Amino acid sequence: MSDAAERNQLNQGSTPGHHHWFDDEAGPVVRPYAMTRGRTSAATRHRLDLIAVVVPEPAADDPGRDQTLSPEHVEIVERCSEQPQSIAELAAGLDLPVGVVRVLVGDLVEDELVHVTRPVPPAELPDVSILREVINGLRAL
Amino acid sequence: MAFGRSSRKKPYVEPVTLKILVAGGFGVGKTTLVGAVSEIRPLRTEEILSEAGRPVDDLHGVEAKTTTTVAMDFGRITLREDLVLYLFGTPGQDRFWFLWDELAQGALGAVVLADTRRLEDSFAAIDYFERRGIPFTVAVNCFEGARRFPAESVRGALDLDPEVELLMCDARDRESVKNVLVAVVEHALVLADRSHATVTS
Repeated sequence: MSDAAERNQLNQGSTPGHHHWFDDEAGPVVRPYAMTRGRTSAATRHRLDLIAVVVPEPAADDPGRDQTLSPEHVEIVERCSEQPQSIAELAAGLDLPVGVVRVLVGDLVEDELVHVTRPVPPAELPDVSILREVINGLRAL
Repeated sequence: MAFGRSSRKKPYVEPVTLKILVAGGFGVGKTTLVGAVSEIRPLRTEEILSEAGRPVDDLHGVEAKTTTTVAMDFGRITLREDLVLYLFGTPGQDRFWFLWDELAQGALGAVVLADTRRLEDSFAAIDYFERRGIPFTVAVNCFEGARRFPAESVRGALDLDPEVELLMCDARDRESVKNVLVAVVEHALVLADRSHATVTS
């Protein structure tokens, strides 16, 4: 894709009134976000934590379900079908910024191709029994 | 679109995931520590920051805008099939602190890795975790050639609360790092027990 086409896509993908920084000079700054059509936040309600785990839904096996998915979407589903993976691992594996992976995973959640586990709720410590298990697990390493 | 798997009999294991942060000054050995216990070579995840995500920097009038990439190295320890611990090395540069807030959210605890030659580099991290009530342990990385100081004098220099543990460690050594991590989780356990007691009494 040429730079011009990429920029064009970025501008189209952004919501009116929020695209003021997608100007010509900003092109290279947001380049990886071309994959997200310029979106910087996911459609899902909750911000996906770095250690939220992406788990495929049964629908992920259904061929031909969604033709609008990008190769990156497909790769995320494939990687998670091997073994469910965290947002951080997906970002490292795909060599994409975390923000981009969040948006792409958000699309897949909307599409009901995957669901995402929620780690321990913010501002709450994990359960005492889990902490004991972690200590035992570490000692046994 | 085919995902190459027609049927799957075994349900996916959905692990409980936890994270411990590894903080400290630049070059203190955070990634080395993560690598010493991680079952995977430490991975790097990056976030690209634009001026939209960086409200503190005034870029007005700056013609050549640049991308700032913040890297976080992380490792993974699978304690059980359904219990996975991630270790995140925090970005060493002070100016990326706002990223810490996200990293710190839901963290079970933190290691502050310190170097006695540059103790002041760890002040910021200690302060950060103290203010947010995140359980942390200070691990003094005993670099070869670095002068060894008694733990008590290091504690004094760092002005640590009496209940914060301070350990000497070798960030390259698996057993040493395991001990540090156990100390962090034990500290978290004490705090969790205490808050539980407060709620129920």
